[in-house]
Amino acid sequence: MNPRNYKAVDWQARYNELANSTENKLLKHFYAGAYNQDKAAVKDVPFVAMDFETTGLNSQNDDIVSVGLVPFSLKRIYCKHSRHWVVQPRRNLHEESILIHGITHSEVDDAPDFNQIIEPLLEALSGKVVVVHYAAIERHFLNNALLLRLKEGIEFALVDTMEIEKRALKARQGLLGRVFNTKLGSLRLTDCRARYSLPAYQNHNALTDALATAELLQAQLSHHYRVDTPISELWG
Amino acid sequence: MQAEQVEIAQFLAQHPPFDDLPQKALNELAQQVEVAYFRAKTDILSFGQDISDLYVIRSGSVEMYRRNGELYNRLATAGIFGQMGLLMNRKVRFPATALEDTLVYCINVELFNRYCDEFDAFADYFETDGNVRLHQAIVEQADGNDLTTAKVKSLIHRDVVTVDATSTIQDIAKLMTEEAVSSVLVTDVNKPINDDPEEDDGQVVGIITDRDLRSKVVAKGLAFNTQAKDIMSTNLVLLDANDYIFEAVLAMLRDNLHHLPVVQKKRPIGVISLSDILRYESQSSLLLVRGILAQQTIEDLAHYARQLPNVFVRMVNEDANSHMVGTAMAVIGRTFKQRLLVLAEEKFGPPPVPYCFIALGSMARDEQLIVTDQDNALILDDSYDDEKHNEYFQNISDFVCDGLAQCGYTYCDGEIMASFKKWRKTRSEWFDQFADWIAQPKPQALLNSSIFFDLDGVWGKTKWANELKIFIAKQSKANRIFLANMAANARNRTPPLGFFKGFVMEHNGQHKRSMNLKRRGTAPLSDVIRVHALAIGSRKQNSFERLEDIIEAKLLPQGKAQDLRDALEYIAMMRIRHQAWQIEKGEEPDNNLDPHLLSPFEQRNLKEAFAILEKAQSYLKFSYTANSGVK
Repeated sequence: MNPRNYKAVDWQARYNELANSTENKLLKHFYAGAYNQDKAAVKDVPFVAMDFETTGLNSQNDDIVSVGLVPFSLKRIYCKHSRHWVVQPRRNLHEESILIHGITHSEVDDAPDFNQIIEPLLEALSGKVVVVHYAAIERHFLNNALLLRLKEGIEFALVDTMEIEKRALKARQGLLGRVFNTKLGSLRLTDCRARYSLPAYQNHNALTDALATAELLQAQLSHHYRVDTPISELWG
Repeated sequence: MQAEQVEIAQFLAQHPPFDDLPQKALNELAQQVEVAYFRAKTDILSFGQDISDLYVIRSGSVEMYRRNGELYNRLATAGIFGQMGLLMNRKVRFPATALEDTLVYCINVELFNRYCDEFDAFADYFETDGNVRLHQAIVEQADGNDLTTAKVKSLIHRDVVTVDATSTIQDIAKLMTEEAVSSVLVTDVNKPINDDPEEDDGQVVGIITDRDLRSKVVAKGLAFNTQAKDIMSTNLVLLDANDYIFEAVLAMLRDNLHHLPVVQKKRPIGVISLSDILRYESQSSLLLVRGILAQQTIEDLAHYARQLPNVFVRMVNEDANSHMVGTAMAVIGRTFKQRLLVLAEEKFGPPPVPYCFIALGSMARDEQLIVTDQDNALILDDSYDDEKHNEYFQNISDFVCDGLAQCGYTYCDGEIMASFKKWRKTRSEWFDQFADWIAQPKPQALLNSSIFFDLDGVWGKTKWANELKIFIAKQSKANRIFLANMAANARNRTPPLGFFKGFVMEHNGQHKRSMNLKRRGTAPLSDVIRVHALAIGSRKQNSFERLEDIIEAKLLPQGKAQDLRDALEYIAMMRIRHQAWQIEKGEEPDNNLDPHLLSPFEQRNLKEAFAILEKAQSYLKFSYTANSGVK
């Protein structure tokens, strides 16, 4: 994984800097209210799982078509506060991504521009630690979407369930495994979930994947971490 | 904007009871659930913790346990648990543990109750899940409780010690000292051995206890070479090894015995003593009973009686069933009376003629709760001379009734107390009185006297009370006119079913929003059961024991007596829990329950129990008519 996407950061200091340096009112508000308790135990941390569906994998050329959010804690996932937006991409939907997401052209035609969801999206993320499966997508797509519209990007702390899985698999692989470079095992969301006996989901919209990610983190934490592990060990 | 949880909705749609919900309701449910993950071998619910969700297993498996650690149920994908806790008092009844890694959906109780209200099929699923839930709720209550589930045999820790009928008492005293026992069983080698192993009684003919050596030997100055057979008690009160411990408690208190032989089939396998039970259940109501016996004045007794509410609440919290609570409260009430009579006899001297103090109504039925008034009377020896003896019995009756009032047993509104001269009758007068009630029933007279048909001897010549019970049972059995009158009276107090139809309340002033669980629930149920019991000549007084006799006599259509039992247990427990709750809140306990405080589940169960009462009352109408007899 690209270390730029996931590395240890002093988020408390970084959010302070960002809040002071940004020119944008929405972002200033977001940074000022960002969850920055780096010593907090995971059992006390408010999380929000986030997933984007996009027109492709390149954050420079492709666009977000839907956003799913599911807030949760170590104990419970709160479906009733979950959010789902379908938004208008600048470019035509590729046929292949229609197949994956099940979002049709007519649905997208009726959808608002991403512009209109920036404020509610930042509001929903505010004060919570964002959880994604594979940090690069959500981090870069959101950064680019804001850069395009607010002329300023966004930085935020992320817990990456893929990264956590990789660490767990490496720990299991052991020294000999690393020396002989045995295969780690798949890091796809569905395969990670299967290791914790989590059910395979049929749907792959942004909301279901966000739910799937939230469940995966609950499972990972209960298998590999103590409830009082500080969040700074997990976020990047 | 609410986000649609397709994956959750699709899962729920495939499994009962959610598969019957309309799509819109299903989607809403899916949006409202909370999800939780439990690693294998971790606890999901612990006993007694607050519970506010229904749990649906999305994947994995869960085991549920009884309080004694026994496996109650094992559930897999789509299994549902937690409803019992939601139903009873929002406390976890069965601890649940994840057997494998498990993902559960949690449905909040408010939402769950709303769905039960809105969708009949959804509610029915929980009603008929497994067995009829009312019955299940009751069975479950009994399971949690040690005293009602533990058997007498669990108290036997050593072999029985026996002596021959010709042993000398000195040898016996030595043996008892060596063996460190406080009783021995006496065997007679000459007693014929029965060929049938079922009838083998081990040739046991009597029992000798420490107390016998004191009162029958030392006090009377008998020679040390007196033989066992000359001092043993032959009137053995036996316990079956499978009897429950609380039955042993009852037998001991009733007959004032401290040692009871325990038999398997008929062969003695041990003796259990009062101290065995005390060791076993040191927190029990028995301690209170012992304490009562130690009090020396009415003031001390009244002070001591203040502990009663705590004992009551503790029993409820320990999941005692209504029979157990009722029995314990009745035993305690009986002990207060006995102690007061001892104090009365100390104050006014020994009785000039023999007498028997009798308890009536709920105490005689062992169905007394914390809020109760005193109903009692006296049976006097036929040699009673009104001019000479009335003052004495007036004195002791006043002493006892006033003392009871000070201990919290309020005076009887209907003036049915020994302190009223009309309820102090000689044996012959009582027989005449019952004969008159039974042979020439007058509805109004019977209405006021139905309480006398539940009677129990408390003090003095208690066998006179038993003679009266036998007389009543024989006279009333199949006496059509009498039974028809009793049946008519038993239909007077109707269940508050109207309440459930549109939440219509009885307009009785202060308690307008509430229903009286005693007057319109347990009391009319006891009335109905009494009529059936009298019809078959049962000598039992307790409603549950009467139902046993009624079932055995096959008097009622299949299952009806069991329905009555469940209904009585449910309403009685509702009443008991209501009172315990009031005591814990520091309120004065009463019988008036505001059903708005109940969950829809409890409301439905209560309604079901009342419906059973209503049906049973109309059954009485057709079964006991003056000109066609029973059935």
